[in-house]
Amino acid sequence: MSGATMRIPRLRRKRRGPWRSKLRTVDMFATGTVGLRTRKARAAFTALGIAIGIASMVSVMGISASSRADLLAELDKLGTNLLQVRPGQTTFGDAAPLSADAPAMVRRVGPVQSATSLSQIKTTVQRNDAVDKDDQNGITTMGSEVNLPATLGATLASGRTHDEASVRLPTVVLGSVAAQRLGIDNVDDGPRILIGGEWFNVIGILDSLPLNPDIDRAALIGLESARDIFGVKALPSAIYVRTDPAQVEAVRGVLARTASPGSPNEVDVSRPSDALAARAEVDKNLQTLLLGLGGVALLVGGVGIANVMVISVLERQGEIGVRRALGATRSHIRNQFVVESTLLSLIGGVLGVAIGFGVTTVYARRQEWLVDLPMQGLVFGVAAALVIGAVAGLYPAVRAARLDPAVAVRPAA
Amino acid sequence: MSVNPVLELRDVVREYPGSPPVRAIDGVTLQISASELVAIVGPSGSGKSTLLNLIGTLDRPTSGTLLIDAVDTSELTDSALAGLRAARLGFVFQQFHLLGGMSAVDNVATGLLYRGDTKKSRRNRSVAALERVGLGHRLDHTPNKLSGGERQRVAIARALVGDPAIVLADEPTGNLDSRTSEEIVELLHGLHREGSTIVVITHDRELAARLPRQVTVRDGQIEDDERDPSNHDCTDHNGLIGATS
Ligand SMILES: Nc1ncnc2c1ncn2[C@@H]1O[C@H](COP(=O)(O)OP(=O)(O)O)[C@@H](O)[C@H]1O
Ligand SMILES: [Mg+2]
Repeated sequence: MSGATMRIPRLRRKRRGPWRSKLRTVDMFATGTVGLRTRKARAAFTALGIAIGIASMVSVMGISASSRADLLAELDKLGTNLLQVRPGQTTFGDAAPLSADAPAMVRRVGPVQSATSLSQIKTTVQRNDAVDKDDQNGITTMGSEVNLPATLGATLASGRTHDEASVRLPTVVLGSVAAQRLGIDNVDDGPRILIGGEWFNVIGILDSLPLNPDIDRAALIGLESARDIFGVKALPSAIYVRTDPAQVEAVRGVLARTASPGSPNEVDVSRPSDALAARAEVDKNLQTLLLGLGGVALLVGGVGIANVMVISVLERQGEIGVRRALGATRSHIRNQFVVESTLLSLIGGVLGVAIGFGVTTVYARRQEWLVDLPMQGLVFGVAAALVIGAVAGLYPAVRAARLDPAVAVRPAA
Repeated sequence: MSVNPVLELRDVVREYPGSPPVRAIDGVTLQISASELVAIVGPSGSGKSTLLNLIGTLDRPTSGTLLIDAVDTSELTDSALAGLRAARLGFVFQQFHLLGGMSAVDNVATGLLYRGDTKKSRRNRSVAALERVGLGHRLDHTPNKLSGGERQRVAIARALVGDPAIVLADEPTGNLDSRTSEEIVELLHGLHREGSTIVVITHDRELAARLPRQVTVRDGQIEDDERDPSNHDCTDHNGLIGATS
């Protein structure tokens, strides 16, 4: 064949030459501050966008951390070792009452520290006989035992609780909501109320029980006086069980069978503190939503920075051209603008964390919560600002670096 | 002609793409020696700025060769050219191109920034350069507090501060009134007497006529290259290179 060979044009390798540009690291950071120092108002407004995004996310984190800290402290105080047994339904959907000896059987379970029963009594409660009997204010009369306050950890707002003697007399202890609705705030001048048409002396008012809202709305009389005065033998409508904290699950597992050996599936066993703990979970959904909104704000802030940087690069063509003429390499120019946008964003980030912590403190104090300023909020705020600033600045910086220096130094046409 | 020119163009062409393409520089061959003060003169649009950008390595020739310190610049990478500019070239622009919000000293110090000098040495040398251009009393003024002539002096100090092989000035008096222009021309003469190599671009024939050498450009070509004997007293300063600091 022909001896002709394809001539591949050889790329001339460029040389590095005898001269070298060099920019000290400290000067690289200093050049990144030039644009911020000479355009302070613009820098402030741009940083504000990031600050708002970071502030909202840090506040959400701080507020939910504070609320959770408060909730956990409250749970700690209330204890998570209280279980509740309630009558359930038969498989046919009918009410399945607990038997009268269920409380005694429950008490026999080893790790059970104490158990107390409540029996609802269908009757009326009135402040006096001038009040309409049908207007019950949602107050329920309950037959209760002497150990109720000890088992539930209830404390008194006023007066005293039942003892072995008063529990047999026409005396009543009111839950906090019940007392409020009856217009009684202390027992100092011996208030009386009508229950089922009989006068009862109010001897005490309980503080609110966060785990037992039904007791807050109850008028508590002794089981004995219920039987003696109304002649009814009420069946337990709830048994509260305080267990060894280490054995809560074990006790929970056997409670239904113990309270109702014949039909354990007709008994509802629950842990009231679970409802409170669930509030933290509900907060988590809200938190995710708010964090998402904060994220959108951050994204908008980042786009804002990119925008301002693009404009800045257009306006500063002359500066870029001069720097190239003075010996700046493309990377020097690129780094200058990346540093500038990162610093801009960082200023916003630090400001945002400060605002977020401020909002958290004010809000938590208002709610009378513990103030919990999460360190991860600080770390997150600063890290997010750094990343956003660097990413937002990259495109404008690359454009600045690619500017043709001969065009950049020419006067604008 | 000097044996070792600082700057040499061999048949340099610069064509801007378009239809038809514009041949802004059309085969320029030129040598400039150390310690020369040269005017490149020509009417507007004749290609002076394009030529200056080529000499300053801000732009690359479409064809032909540009040698600086006998190094072929076409063989250098973009960042090697930046290094060349940092070490060997100084620029003065018609519109000054100072950085706003920065003091005169800091502006001049930018001329040493990309050579990796320490901040202290940059400042000391910048103060000296400003004193050389007669602005020792304006060190901490920002450009907006300086007159046009003072701004151009700062720009000249910035071009000089690194002791470049060549100072390139594109219409340095283009934005100044005639009296201030006069002062700037005097300053350039003074620097030349101290040994600096300076190339001044101008469309002003009168200004050009007062410099020792005039290269006339028309339509991208050198029309005339004249050395004025009356101004020639300065060519024997060849040995003074480096004595400017
Ligand atoms: N970037 C460019 N693209 C296309 N044409 C250009 C460009 N820059 C300059 N020119 C053209 O090159 C010619 C020389 O321009 P220039 O070097 O600026 O002349 P001078 O400085 O002598 O006025 C003019 O015709 C101008 O329009
Ligand atoms: Mg021009």
